[in-house]
Formats: sequence, structure tokens, C-alpha cells
Amino acid sequence: MSTKVVIKQSTYFDSVSLMSLSTKANQIEGVEQAVVAMGTEMNKEVLRNVGLITPELEEAKTSDLMIVVKAATDELCESAFVAIEELFKKKSAPAGSSEIKYATIDSAAKSIPEANLAVISVNGAYAAREARKALENDLHVMLFSDNVSIEDEIALKQFAHEKGLLLMGPDCGTAILGNVALCFGNAVRKGSIGIVGASGTGSQEVSVRIHDFGGGITQLIGTGGRDLSEQVGGIMMLDGMKALDEDDATKVIVLISKPPATSVEKKVLAQIKQCKKPVVVYFIGGTEESVVAAGGHFAKTSKEAALKAVVLAGADESTINKRALNIPLVEEVRAKLTPEQKYIRGLFCGGTLCDEAMYIAMEKFDNVYSNIQKNADYQLKDLHVSQEHTFLDLGDDDFTNGKPHPMIDPSTRIVRFLQEAKDPSVGVIVMDFILGFGSHEDPVGVMLPAIIEAKQWAEKEGRHLEILGYVLGTDLDNPKMEDQVNKLMDAGVTIASSSTNAGLLSREFVVKGA
Amino acid sequence: MSKINELFNSKISAINVGIEFFKDDILKQNATAAHLEWKPPGGGKPELIAALDKLENAELLEKIEAANKLAVERIVNSQPILIGFDQAINCVPGMTKTTILHSGPPITWDRMNGAMKGAVTGAIVFEGLAKDLEEAAAVAASGQITFAPCHEHNCVGSMAGVTSASMFMHIVENKTYGNIAYTNLSEQMSKILRMGANDETVIARLNWMRDVLGPMLRDAMKLSNGIDLRLMLAQALHMGDECHNRNNAGTSLLIQALTPFILETNFTTEQKREVFDFVASSDYFSGPTWMALCKCALDAAHGIENSTIVTTMARNGVEFGIRVSGMAGNTWFTGPAQKVVGPMFAGYKPEDSGLDIGDSAITETYGIGGFAMAAAPAIVALVGGTVDEALGFSTKMKEITTTENPNVTIPLLNFSGIATGIDARNVIQTGILPVINTAIAHKDAGIGMIGAGITYPPMEAFEKALLALSEKMN
Repeated sequence: MSTKVVIKQSTYFDSVSLMSLSTKANQIEGVEQAVVAMGTEMNKEVLRNVGLITPELEEAKTSDLMIVVKAATDELCESAFVAIEELFKKKSAPAGSSEIKYATIDSAAKSIPEANLAVISVNGAYAAREARKALENDLHVMLFSDNVSIEDEIALKQFAHEKGLLLMGPDCGTAILGNVALCFGNAVRKGSIGIVGASGTGSQEVSVRIHDFGGGITQLIGTGGRDLSEQVGGIMMLDGMKALDEDDATKVIVLISKPPATSVEKKVLAQIKQCKKPVVVYFIGGTEESVVAAGGHFAKTSKEAALKAVVLAGADESTINKRALNIPLVEEVRAKLTPEQKYIRGLFCGGTLCDEAMYIAMEKFDNVYSNIQKNADYQLKDLHVSQEHTFLDLGDDDFTNGKPHPMIDPSTRIVRFLQEAKDPSVGVIVMDFILGFGSHEDPVGVMLPAIIEAKQWAEKEGRHLEILGYVLGTDLDNPKMEDQVNKLMDAGVTIASSSTNAGLLSREFVVKGA
Repeated sequence: MSKINELFNSKISAINVGIEFFKDDILKQNATAAHLEWKPPGGGKPELIAALDKLENAELLEKIEAANKLAVERIVNSQPILIGFDQAINCVPGMTKTTILHSGPPITWDRMNGAMKGAVTGAIVFEGLAKDLEEAAAVAASGQITFAPCHEHNCVGSMAGVTSASMFMHIVENKTYGNIAYTNLSEQMSKILRMGANDETVIARLNWMRDVLGPMLRDAMKLSNGIDLRLMLAQALHMGDECHNRNNAGTSLLIQALTPFILETNFTTEQKREVFDFVASSDYFSGPTWMALCKCALDAAHGIENSTIVTTMARNGVEFGIRVSGMAGNTWFTGPAQKVVGPMFAGYKPEDSGLDIGDSAITETYGIGGFAMAAAPAIVALVGGTVDEALGFSTKMKEITTTENPNVTIPLLNFSGIATGIDARNVIQTGILPVINTAIAHKDAGIGMIGAGITYPPMEAFEKALLALSEKMN
């Protein structure tokens, strides 16, 4: 066995590019193990764990690029290195070689006077500083990075508020501004509905449902998940609402969040009263009275939120295909399941999609476990072992820790899926497949071999394996929504038409004795 | 209309920092996006980020910006004039018969590298302080010699920078601010004292320079009203020099200006012929002249309270040292001298190279040399690059500098001024190091120049400077 180490000093690549490169490097013929990563403590820990650490690597700095290859022979090692260099060259191939590259937000903002927005996705340790620089340069900010402290978030949002700028994030996955989707987002029609969302995939879901119901979006402002916490106080949701209220093109405003802190909810409700335009409120698991009292329109589900918004925006409700729940299908599936097959297992890439399905299940079942359950009694004891009804948000830090988000790389879900598929107490496995900008180019294709394999096992064992899939996307998205759905259907997967229906169907499938 | 509503009604033009495919997605949607070549500031070191943060405090920032504005104004407005030549003992402040000046930050005899030791022993023999090189080494180690950096005596010295009492110096006066800078004469190429060579041929040349070349230039300049070096530098850049590694145009211009006066001196035609042949033997003749110009301008910008502008970059073959304006006097921030990467003379290998050496990085500190690569496409091959790369270097340096010097421009960059006023904060913020193109001396004494190429300072020097500035300012 031979190992070769190269450290390139002060050579920075973002972690996503390196991970994708690392993956490709591991596929090079003869490579036992290849690591291409920055010299961060975390990456060194990875090397320690796989026994590839050397004193030289221990000395690598966070700004140094580490390339480590383990192969059967020296020759294979050398040829792997040549191949890895090729991978780097491919990346740096000119996308327009005359393109001027700037090193800082300051210099870019100075040289591009029309710049109006910074999209920041650097490591959380540096993100707040870059966001501040952007605000100082009068740029609105989409702060995709996570691991930004709450103190930094508050300071940035206050600064943005004072300057009248948007600070979307941190940990903000989605936005659509002027019909341009940023980071994770779907291609949706331009229309008259404005969204302010503190939940990333929840906002994506509502935007695609609006599109499906024939409506369209003016702006989608992602605020970041902590915006409605006590500490942050909803600064960006309030500023976003105000701006949408003043936006001529926007006729209806939709708010999306997990239940806000009580004090913040009050502020939001008070602002709804001030709004000139109708406001639809979808606070997952929230209650109706206070919203209605404030003059808002309460939505219990993401689908309802989209539907109400489209109708409020002027659509004739009778002409909308509401994609009602397929009751005969529920009966059909129930008949296929044995009495032992009684649990739902949800494997989600989208956090809000997981949340919505879980809340729907909790309406009928008590024994609903998750890694994102608020009630400690129902948090999973062991993340790697499901209990009764289990809903997993695979995009949560519990599972990502150093790995790419499952929306970017859904392959991390395969192992868990096969594990659930073998469990004879499982009645239905529900999974989301998220299309659009930022997401994997073929999320269904990644899962398909595993789905087919699992179906074959179940068949051999003489039991029905019910798999429910929901493809989040629009007919304008890439890859084609229709192709993704067809591939799933061909493999025997049942298709839900929305996040809400995915939750309802999975729940209804396993209701016994109804 | 609020800024958020303005955004709703504008075409998105994004600056993308981090994950590159977010830029691609934006472009796919017919909006514009620029992806930054971003590195973690300060290489990700928390203490450096904290220092940067501190210096961005509004009150300090205002002081720094004002100080830096003044510093770069002084660099840009300096008008260095060549006013004469004379022996070091007659003009250089603090010079004595037993003083030997060297390049870079301070260094003791025992720590000097091969090239510098070779030059020092050669100079001791040249000054008659020892009968041969062996005795010279003993003299150097004895403590009888006062070693000091050129920079601490208003001088700069190419390569080893070794400057002794009898050597003839350029005298360059700053017409705007009155300060004077000095540097010795080019020995041309390539087996020469400044590169560490020291045999009889080297000493014989030094003797001739002391007895013929130097006095002739001195006498010639007595007939002149002074030569405006900045004007000449600007012309040289338009003629394809970057004035560190390529001096063809500058040398022609300089000797053209000197010739009428040389002709009028009381030397024989044969001696004048020797001088012209000597000048023609290498285009490097004006190399030191531009260094003195740069030193003269940058000294005028040194010692401005709260300024983060770099006023010196210099190497002694062991350490790379910088000085910043806000740390007055001789406060050096150092890190290890780096390798120089580039083509080598036939027969030499990279492992023969001495580490980066010389005060010539004063040219990059001023904004020429590596910073003005775009002006000198003819030598991009020498530094192993393409013309596009040369343009890229000059553009990239603007990320770490403060202004452009309108008096010295680069035609290929639409006549934009040279990148001027390296800001230590920007170097730490961007991780972009000043690029230096320079000669390579052999690592051993007595051999000389073996190649040329490009190199960078150690980040450490800038890190130390930033931390010291941040500590000092309140």
C-alpha cells in the first residue's frame, strides 16, 4: 500500500467544490482512498480517523489545500495524482478567461456600481464579516452560510434595518428576487404574490404550489430560520412585509415559519393589521384564532397557504385543480398492508417538508419520533435507529456534519432507506425529491437503484413495500419534473402531489381498522 | 422608495462569495453575477480577523483612511531628481570607513547567506581592510565592521546590497519633500559582487568603477541641472520596461541624458569609450537608479501616524522584512525569505538557488517591477507566464493597493496608473501577496547570478505588521 501527500499552501477552494472533487478522486482507478480538502481541524480529524494523518498534514493551515491519496502501488498513487490535477484543471477551465476576478466585496462593489446583492456562502466563521462588508457597501445580502452566531445575526440585521437593506439568513436556503432564484429555488411564474419565509423548503413548497395553482410570485424573501426567535425579534420578516406591502406588483403576502416566539408573533400580527394587502399566515403547527383576530388569513398547511393566496390574488377558485386527496388510493394501499406494517418512516431532505408531514402524523398518532421533535420525549434515542413513526430531517446538523446537504447530495439517504426497507414493521417510507436551482441534478436517479432493490427484497419476502414520493418542483424546473415523476412511478413508487398530500397520504396509509 | 423596493424593481447584479455554482445558477436566469476569488481573511487566523475588525471600528477607520490618503499622496507627488554621484563616505549619512551596508532587514555576519558573505568579504578586500578573502572573513567576524541595513541609511542596495565607503552612489533628491536617497552603481551582469561573486575580476571591476566610472558620472552630473527620474520612468514603462527585471528602455534613456555631460568631462576618449561599452554590456545599468527613485518617494511617505501603507519591502537572503508608515523609524516586520521560481541559466538547478535577496523589492513597493508586469510583455517569458498573466498580475495588485499613480501609467491597461500604496490590511484581508520579479543569486559565495523569476513575501511579515498596528492604535 502506498500513500502520497501534497500540501498546497495558501490555495483556497470552497468546500463544496472540494467535496465534489474528492468524490471524483475516489472514483479514479486504483485509488483506495483519496482526500482533497482544506487543512481545517475538522478535515484533519477526518484524516486521523481514516489513519491517513501525517505530521506534515497536522501542520497544514486552514488556508492550505491537502491532497492525500492511498493506493495499492506507488505507480497507482502517482497516476491518481495526475488525474486529480486534471480534475482541478477542469474546474478552472475558462468560463470566460477575460473575466475580471475580484478578491473582496469591497473591490467588487467599487468596480461594479450596478451590483445590488451579495450572496454569501463561505464558512460560518467568516460569513458575518463578509455580510457586514456587503452591507457597508449598500448591498442587500443573501447569507446562505450556517453556523453564524445569534449575536452576529442580530447585529447584522439591525445594521441592515438601519440602512434599509435586506439581510436574508443566516442559514437562508432560498429567495426569489425579481424572478431570479437564489441558492435553492424553483423556476416559478412571475405573478402577484409575495412571500416572506423563515423556513427554506417550506417557502419553496409554497412557491411551487402557487405556480401549480396557476398563480405567480413577485418576490420570495427568505429570512433565515431564527428570524422569528425572541432574540432576533423578526426584524427581517417585518421589513420584508413592509416592503411587499409597498410593492405595487404584490397583491397578496404569504408568511411562512415554524411557530414564532410569542413576543415576535405579537409584532408580526400587529403589522398584519397595518398591512393594506391581505396576508396569509402559515406558521407550521400554529393556531387559527390569533391570526384571524389580526385580520390575517390562516393556513393550516402549505397547500392551503398557496391556495388561499392564489384565490386572494384574484383566481377563480372553481377553475383551480386542487389536487384533492386520492381516497381510493388510500383504500388500495391499506388493503395491501399487513397488520404488522403500521409505521411511517419519513426520510426528508427538506426540513420544512419533514416538519409538515410530522405535524400531520401527530394529529392522529402520539408515537411520532424525530431528530427535530421539540418535545424531548419524542426525540430519537438513537439517530441511527428508527422508533415507531419516525421522521428524519436529513439536512439537519445531526446528519450533515461536514457532509454536503442532502439536497445537493441525496446519496447520503441510501443507506438509511435500505435499513428502513428491511424493517417488517414499516408500512410506508415517504421521501422528498427536491428539484430546482442549487439542488442535485437528478435526485430521483440517485435513489432509483436502491428503490428497485428494496422492492425486489420485499417481493421475495412476500410483503408489500409502500414507498411514497413527493417531487418538489415545477414544469419549468431542471431536471424535468415530469421525467422525475415518471421514473419513480415506473419503479412502483406512489406519487404525492404536494408536501401536504405527502403527509396526509403517508398518515392515512397506516391508519388501521378504519 | 425604500432600498428594498428599489431592489424589487432592479435587475439582479450579484456578488457571489463562496459556493461557485450559485453564480452559475444566477447567470442561467439572465441576471449578472461576479464570483469572488475569495480566501478566508488572515488565512483564517482568529487573531488577525480580530485585528482587522478592530481597525474597522469607525473612529480608527477614519484616522487610518486619512493617514493613508496622506501617505499615498506623498508617494504620488514625490518628484525624485538625480542630482549627482559621489562616494558613499562623502554623502551617505552615518557612513564610516569600516561600515558595510547590506540589503534587507538587520542581520549579523554569522547569519548571512552565501551570496551576502561573498559580497561582504569582497568589499572588505576592495576597501583594503584585508589582504585576501580568507582574512576578510576573519575581519567580518571580528566585530571591527559595522553592519547595517542600507534602508537605515537612506540607501537601497540591489541583491546583497553590499555598500562600502569608497563605492560611488547615485544621489537622488525629492524635489517635492526634500529627502535624499542613495544607491550604488550597477556592476552590470552577472559575476558581480552584489550577487556574491568576489574573485580578482570582480574586485578589478570595482576598482575601475571607483577610479573611472564613478568620477566620470560625478563630474558629468555637475554639469547637469538634475535629471527628472519620474518622468524618465514613465517613458520607460511606455517603452516596455517594468524597471526591475527589464531596463532596456530606461537604460537607453538614462545614458542618453548623461552622454552630453559625459562628453564634456575631462576624461580620455578611451575612458569614455570604456564607460559607454560598460553601459552597453547590460541593460541593467539603470536598475539601481529606479530603486533610488522608489526609495526617495517611499521615504517621504514613511512615519505617518496611523498609516497602514507599506513603505519598504526588502530581503537579506535569510529574512524578508517590511516597514509600514505608521510604525515610524526602523521597525521591521520579518518572515523567512522565500524561494524564487523561474528560468535558470544553463547548468544550474533550482536547488542551487539562494533565497530571495535584495532591496530591489522597493520597486514593487512603489508600484513598478512585478506590479507593472503589464507594461513589459517582452519579459513575461522570463517569469514563466503569458501576456494575459502579466495583465492579471498588474490588475490583481490593485486589490491590495490604495490608489493609482497618474504620473506613471501602463498603456496596455488603458493607461491606468501603476498600483500604488500597498495596504497591509488589504494583504491580510485578501490573502493576496505582492508579486515580485527578481534575479536569483547562487546560494554559495563567489558564483553570482544564476537566473530570474518571481517570488512573494512571507505572509508572516504582514501578519506581524497588522498585529503591531492594531495594538498601537486606540
